[in-house]
Amino acid sequence: MESVVFIFSLIDCCALIFLSVYFIITLSDLECDYINARSCCSKLNKWVVPELIGHAVVTVLMLISLHWFIFLLNLPVATWNIYRYIMVPSGNMGVFDPTEIHNRGQLKSHMKEAMIKLGFHLLCFFMYLYSMILALIND
Amino acid sequence: MSAPAGLPPRPAAAAFSTGGPGSSPEAAAPASGAPRCQNGPMQSQMQFPSGYGSHLPIYSAPSGHYSQVPNKAAASHLDNQYRASYYPGYYSAPAQNVMTSVGSNVLNAQESQHQLYNNTPHSGGSSDRPVQGTVSSASYLHASAQQSYSAFDNHYSTSVSSSVASQGFPLNSDHYAMPVVSGAMYPNVSYPPVAAGGVYGQTLTSQSLPAVGQFKETNAFSSQNPSVPHSLQQHLPVGYNTTISTVSSAQAVQDNLSRNLTGSVAKVNNQISTGGIDSSQPVHSVSQNVPFTKPGVGTSASSAVMSSVRSPAPSLSSKPASSPSVTQSPELALQEALDSSSTTSSASPVLNNYDALEGGGYPETRSVTNSPVPSPSVLQTSKASKPFGYGYPALQPGYQNATPPTPVQPSNPGHHPGFQHYPQQYPGVNQLSSSLGGLSLQHSQQPESLRPVNLTHDRNILPVSSVPAPVPNLNSDLRKLNCSPDSFRCTLTNIPQTQALLNKAKLPLGLLLHPFRDLTQLPVITSSTIVRCRSCRTYINPFVSFIDQRRWKCNLCYRVNDVPEEFMYNPLTRSYGEPHKRPEVQNSTVEFIASSDYMLRPPQPAVYLFVLDVSHNAVEAGYLTILCQSLLENLDKLPGDSRTRIGFITFDSTVQFYNLQEGLSQPQMLIVSDIDDIFLPTPDSLLVNLHESKELIKDLLNALPNMFTNTRETHSALGPALQAAFKLMSPTGGRISVFQTQLPSLGAGLLHSREDPNQRSSTKVVQHLGPATDFYKKLALDCSGQQTAVDLFLLSSQYSDLASLACMSKYSAGCIYYYPSFHRSHNPAQAEKLQKDLKRYLTRKIGFEAVMRIRCTKGLSIHTFHGNFFVRSTDLLSLANVNPDAGFAVQMSIEESLTDTSLVCFQTALLYTSSKGERRIRVHTLCLPVVSSLSDVYAGADVQAVVCLLANMAVDRSVSSSLADARDALVNAVVDSLAAYMSTASNLQQSMLIAPNSLKLFPLYILALLKQKAFRTGTSTRLDDRVYAMCQMKSQPLVHLMKMIHPNLYRIDKLTDESTIHVNDRVVPQPPLQKLSAEKLTREGAFLMDCGSIFYLWIGKNCDNNFIKDVLGYPNYASVPQKMTQLPEVDAPSSERTRSFISWLRDSRPLSPVLQVIKDENPAKTDFFQHLIEDRTEAAFSYYEFLLNIQQQICK
Repeated sequence: MESVVFIFSLIDCCALIFLSVYFIITLSDLECDYINARSCCSKLNKWVVPELIGHAVVTVLMLISLHWFIFLLNLPVATWNIYRYIMVPSGNMGVFDPTEIHNRGQLKSHMKEAMIKLGFHLLCFFMYLYSMILALIND
Repeated sequence: MSAPAGLPPRPAAAAFSTGGPGSSPEAAAPASGAPRCQNGPMQSQMQFPSGYGSHLPIYSAPSGHYSQVPNKAAASHLDNQYRASYYPGYYSAPAQNVMTSVGSNVLNAQESQHQLYNNTPHSGGSSDRPVQGTVSSASYLHASAQQSYSAFDNHYSTSVSSSVASQGFPLNSDHYAMPVVSGAMYPNVSYPPVAAGGVYGQTLTSQSLPAVGQFKETNAFSSQNPSVPHSLQQHLPVGYNTTISTVSSAQAVQDNLSRNLTGSVAKVNNQISTGGIDSSQPVHSVSQNVPFTKPGVGTSASSAVMSSVRSPAPSLSSKPASSPSVTQSPELALQEALDSSSTTSSASPVLNNYDALEGGGYPETRSVTNSPVPSPSVLQTSKASKPFGYGYPALQPGYQNATPPTPVQPSNPGHHPGFQHYPQQYPGVNQLSSSLGGLSLQHSQQPESLRPVNLTHDRNILPVSSVPAPVPNLNSDLRKLNCSPDSFRCTLTNIPQTQALLNKAKLPLGLLLHPFRDLTQLPVITSSTIVRCRSCRTYINPFVSFIDQRRWKCNLCYRVNDVPEEFMYNPLTRSYGEPHKRPEVQNSTVEFIASSDYMLRPPQPAVYLFVLDVSHNAVEAGYLTILCQSLLENLDKLPGDSRTRIGFITFDSTVQFYNLQEGLSQPQMLIVSDIDDIFLPTPDSLLVNLHESKELIKDLLNALPNMFTNTRETHSALGPALQAAFKLMSPTGGRISVFQTQLPSLGAGLLHSREDPNQRSSTKVVQHLGPATDFYKKLALDCSGQQTAVDLFLLSSQYSDLASLACMSKYSAGCIYYYPSFHRSHNPAQAEKLQKDLKRYLTRKIGFEAVMRIRCTKGLSIHTFHGNFFVRSTDLLSLANVNPDAGFAVQMSIEESLTDTSLVCFQTALLYTSSKGERRIRVHTLCLPVVSSLSDVYAGADVQAVVCLLANMAVDRSVSSSLADARDALVNAVVDSLAAYMSTASNLQQSMLIAPNSLKLFPLYILALLKQKAFRTGTSTRLDDRVYAMCQMKSQPLVHLMKMIHPNLYRIDKLTDESTIHVNDRVVPQPPLQKLSAEKLTREGAFLMDCGSIFYLWIGKNCDNNFIKDVLGYPNYASVPQKMTQLPEVDAPSSERTRSFISWLRDSRPLSPVLQVIKDENPAKTDFFQHLIEDRTEAAFSYYEFLLNIQQQICK
């Protein structure tokens, strides 16, 4: 049973890693002026909710399977995702707003955030991998 | 100074700058022939010489010396030098310039030095000092100035060495005596400001100390020098090299000094001391002396002496030889180029600092001086020939050169500024110095913009007339070329070198732009190739440097580009081979006619679509009559060509289209009631050619006001109407003008009232400053993508959620007009305003499918934009429409240190399609100096620009965070910057609130901002009013915004013909500005308040009946009506004066403001008194209380 949990988490984590890379690539495209702010933001906004759900599912799964350490590790990131989504002002077009992304260094902070998430997911990936192998051996 | 007085600015310096870094090395080799001149000092000399040669025969001897320089220049192909020759007139001026340039640092010092020198020579010709003195005597004022400069350097160095300012002072006292003598001796010289010299004398005295040490050396050297000038020069370089490090510091010090002028001599000394003081100082002095000495006859011996004196350092290195001098010369040229604009003398020192080469340059200068002295006649002849060569170099190139390469340059700019200040300060300085003595040096030496102002004591800080924009501290040539402050302003006219320094100053760094301003004079360039930098795409501009005839160096990225063949021909003068004289390089604001390379599609026609609210509310307000009338009147004046198209959409709960297709007998109304899925009934015939369907359009406009008079429809389907408008416009792009009178209540984009009237005067939280829905933002972005701008006219009497509606204009580069409680008959003032605004709106220039890019020198980056547009990529603003009344602001940060450059440039390029279907590019370029000291940053602060940028930032903060945060941030901006300033001026008493003169209005303006509708709390403010004020702050250009923030108050009941100006044959009185305080209002007077968009004419109860009769046309106060908006034309002098003054004020802005006459019992009185921002209100501080509050926070 435990191995199933970790296999699922591993797959989910892979998806999140890909998503982070996609965010980084798209944002850097914007930075380099390859795409315009409008298309960049609509591309990214589409993936904000899937990312949020993907992460929340793993977090909840860890809580249910009583993996406290991994749950606590994931909790802050999941909370941040939800907070960010909820706090979007009513007039904005999503977490990424084309009219503001070039102002006040927002682009940079989005980039930084995507980088940190990538690192976090990579860390999780290896943890899940290790846990999965351990679980498989124990089975 | 006196001699220069006659002279114009120093073109010579410019010429030097042209010396061209690129060419300099090579040039140096050729220069070897005229080795003496080669060095940096030479350049300075060059300038002088040119001036001398051309203008003054007397100077011929000096010119001879110079001639050497010219030769080098010629060899080097330095355009700068050539230029110098070209501008003989300038030269004379240049001499002054030189003075000045040196001066900004040297300025005072120079003059004083000159005097001193002169004195010294006279008094003790035999001594080393005498040498200098001889120089001064021999040389003109200029020469003396230069000498003084060198002396100045020496002083500094000496002072440094002595490391005791106090010592310096005593010395000064000695010198003082000397100067006095000199003054007596050379009254004619025009250095009359000898007294000032006395002030300077302090510095001089310091020099004298070093001089003593040097003198001995100099003697020895002097002997050497005469014998072998070349060798001397070489030696000098060596000395320079050794000194260089020190010199640089010294230069920096000098720069600082110059800026501060009297300023922090002590500091300077300290700096100098840090550097290699002794050697460097002597070097400088030598170089300076040399040029000057040449002019003076008889001085030859003295000059020799001088050279020897200065040479001490050189002597050490001395014997090395002439050959080095040659190499040095190129470098010098480069350096000069760098320094270019600034005084040569100052520049040369700078150069020395930079490199050993520079050091060489110094020696050279000395040698030059020496050489001239020994063989004046020969030299003169040679000089005479040289001037011809000078004509060559391009003025600008010099500048350019100066900008890119040398780190030293920064100091030079500083000097320049100082120089500028100097004349003004001079007398004051003298007085101060005399009264204060040595101890008060810092105070007395500061430039005007740094003069400390005790805010709590000085109550009258307002200038008599409008607040002028600070002039960047550039040399006069660059200043002349620089972009007008009306179009382009920077918050800091002295750009800090590093982000750390900027952070220390606690002032925001940003630009305020008004790029599409109506201009009376604009060079338009038609050229098949628009010359741009190949790597950063910067347009060629006056601040690039021409390395030679065929190459130019970009001033933003420093890439070297080729000059295209076509650019070699100058269509203005019809001459070939003068790329530096092309209009692109002579004007910082130019417009290019772009080729098809700059088009993504054929230029669009002018397309205007009017979307009109015709619900009951709108008909009741009666705006349709005014609009239709105005359109009928201006139909022929709409900007456009034969392709111009126009269309109309009206809406209430349905959307009505008008088929105006040519051939119809009358306009056809098509009603679409399916507002959830809007469609265009006949897509082809709704936007019609203005000229072909003119009759139908006129019919419609005549009929429209009466078509809906009996409507009972109260709903407003604005969203669907806008969607339809977008569909209609998307094939072409153009302008949508939306007239809305209430909250949209149907279909997409419907809004709900969010304002709680009870919260209007809340002091805590102001909510709903942001949009309620993203519908309008999305629509705006869609429109922007299709090159369509949406302009919003909101004429509502109730809350209409402008915060949401404004988004449609904000992001599509439109403009927003708001007329609260508009009613055609009940509110005539608003009706008149609408009428006037419409007239301007319909007839003003317009640019379609525009993009604007703002580029800045490598190291700076733009991180935030303010204004109405969509930021498409990092530095590209997408403007579907651009209008002449739109202002923009950007915030910048310094990403890389700017230590290797002395100038930074900003360029905005606005690419647009004119209403005639031409693709045009309007380019503005601004050039500013870089400074390294905090006090210089403060000296260059542009308080109006700072306040406007802060207002923009505060609007963002209000929306993204909260109004309270924004208010705190504004107050903190003042507190932090004043605290930072006070901590730099150590001798200020902490108990006083001191601001530099440049920022003395800062607290007042911030208080005005806090009391502005946008940011005030505690006073009842309707949400829409507040949001509108915020929108205006973001989109108004600086001049208009400042009137809005801080209105101008004039007393106009006693206008006289004194201090009038003449405009177009009219006499316009210029009453002084009054403080915005009720204490200035007297019952006997009449006051005019200019708030930008409205004039209030307040009449006191006991106002002179003659005034009321003549100006207002009524017999007495009681008979003046409540709602009076016009002044009658009465044939009386006071009426004429008043009307000419008011119309002059009106002419200065695009939107003609409405005049409102206010009597004591008038309800509009509260509006008037709300603008008296220095007074206390229930909810806000008075100005004095605000100052105390700031002081308290600083002391915390």
